[in-house]
Amino acid sequence: MSTEEQGLPVLKTPSAARAAPRGLVTRFFDSDLWYSFRSSRLVVLAGIVTLLMVGAALLAPVIAPHDPYDLRALNLMDSDLPPAWVKGGDPRFLLGTDDQGRDILSTILYGTRSSIAISVLAVLLAIGIGVSLGLVAGYFGGIVDTIIMRIADVKLTFPAILVALLINGIAQTLFRGRLGGAEFWILVLSIGLSFWVQYARTVRGMTLVEKSKEYVQAARLIGMSRTAIMFKHVLPNVLSPVLVIGTINLALAIITEATLSFLGVGLPPTEPSLGTMIQIGNKYLFSGSWWMVAFPGITLAVLVLAVNLLGDWLRDALNPKLR
Amino acid sequence: MLAFTIRRLFEAAIVMLTVALLAFVLFRFVGDPINQMVGQDTSIAEREELRERLGLNDPVLVQFGRFIWNAARYDFGISYQVKRPVTSLIAERFPATFELAITAALFAILLGIPMGVYTGIHRDSWLSKLFLSVSLVGISLPTFLIGILLIYVFAVQLGVLPSFGRGEVVRIGGWTTGLLTASGLKALILPAITLGLFQMTLVTRLVRSQMLEVLRTDYIKFARARGLSDRAVNFGHALKNTLIPVITIIGLQLGAIIAFAIITETVFQWPGMGLMFIQAVQNADIPVMSAYLLLVAFLFVLINLIVDLLYVWIDPRVRIYGREA
Repeated sequence: MSTEEQGLPVLKTPSAARAAPRGLVTRFFDSDLWYSFRSSRLVVLAGIVTLLMVGAALLAPVIAPHDPYDLRALNLMDSDLPPAWVKGGDPRFLLGTDDQGRDILSTILYGTRSSIAISVLAVLLAIGIGVSLGLVAGYFGGIVDTIIMRIADVKLTFPAILVALLINGIAQTLFRGRLGGAEFWILVLSIGLSFWVQYARTVRGMTLVEKSKEYVQAARLIGMSRTAIMFKHVLPNVLSPVLVIGTINLALAIITEATLSFLGVGLPPTEPSLGTMIQIGNKYLFSGSWWMVAFPGITLAVLVLAVNLLGDWLRDALNPKLR
Repeated sequence: MLAFTIRRLFEAAIVMLTVALLAFVLFRFVGDPINQMVGQDTSIAEREELRERLGLNDPVLVQFGRFIWNAARYDFGISYQVKRPVTSLIAERFPATFELAITAALFAILLGIPMGVYTGIHRDSWLSKLFLSVSLVGISLPTFLIGILLIYVFAVQLGVLPSFGRGEVVRIGGWTTGLLTASGLKALILPAITLGLFQMTLVTRLVRSQMLEVLRTDYIKFARARGLSDRAVNFGHALKNTLIPVITIIGLQLGAIIAFAIITETVFQWPGMGLMFIQAVQNADIPVMSAYLLLVAFLFVLINLIVDLLYVWIDPRVRIYGREA
């Protein structure tokens, strides 16, 4: 229970009282965060690129010139066409087509959509697991802490990509051929489960510090339950590094998803994904069909680079002691 | 020191047991081993007999004990896919991965340390900025894309280097090596660069930040005040003191190199353990998967253990902390 729910007057600092009527948006544009964002042209560029790519991915069904999911619309006569501006290209297919006659541009739009969806969900899952475990470990301490942190240590011994591969391998073996379309969720699960340790460690460390502060003792004195203190009071105070790690992890998650799909253990070839597209295009590299690899590859690299730059900026701007 | 060693050994044993349990569960309960081994026309009686002979009807604990006993004697059963002992499969594949990983690590160290030192000393020169921008791109490009890019430039366009396989190999005892033939060495170049690039950027950034930190300290200022040459200060005093964390990270990164070798080996069709593992995942070849898992876990735990112990041995400050913890 918070103070508001109990009907107690909520103390407001003068600045907060002044800022409140102007709304959240104005406050955001007044903040240091916005200032540091604006002051670096590279970061602004990265932000615009990220927004554009996420927007294009979300709107894929609307703006894509073709539907790569629609098998009836595919024509094998259209396969392996170069980009429209190259000799032999077809104006209907701006960036060319792949071996099945799918429009590369449309497939990239849909592929980016699934890549971003999987990565965001995976990072959210990792944050959910990591933050809860970190809070519990830090707040309760003792044997719970030891067990959770030992598991984290073991997990940290293995690189994330290997853990994701293993979980993916096990899941694929278990559900072999029985769960069509489940690959999406298997990917989310395997990437999410391989990234939680960093959150758990950071949150645990910060919880240990916050736990001994006066507001927690005060909350305890008025008889709040431990769960309520953990989630309502400690949690908001440990979230800013989680945001930073989350952004940096998002780039890693995009890479991991693409890598798994490229290795042939992620999304099936019938579902558009940047990794799968690169895998297919890789087979045709020697026959000179460079566009099948180049465009999805560039998309992937630009997306990851933009998110990485945003992550770096966020780390410097919020400046939590991460390292 | 002795107590620390014993505790670390104990922890390593616990980790290995956990991984072994995981590998066992994978081996025993994911998919029915009998179904994988026999054809469709095998009768139920024959299946039952095979089940009894393989000991699959024994209590689970007994089976787990047997699994560990076999693994400890380096026996991981028979591959479902290739119908050959997993042990001999691994023995064939290991040299390829080992040579690739070591070459990649050397590439990362031999280029990464000088680049790190340079960017640390000349903070604002354009070359440093170039190195750092390149390293940011290196971190952002996924390993497999770097591999494809290298293949496109050097194999497809220029046609100077092979894009797949190990080239000619020479057999020495049980070990096959590609390091002694021209085609083997040529085949090694692209995969090693692909695998080592990420580690190289990591080493560069680490050495740079360590150098920046050390160069600010009093003893460096004092060394300069004594009139020592720049070279003596930078390399004799500064670099030496940055090396402990660098060695630790490189040691730990050996594990990451083995993991990322899976990707590199797939791109270049390099006949190593990583490619074997990916094929096992695709074919649900459980014995190979669990053997790989155990072996890699063993390597990781061993590397971690050695690094931990070396650290204590090199840096006395850790010894005191180790006693407290």
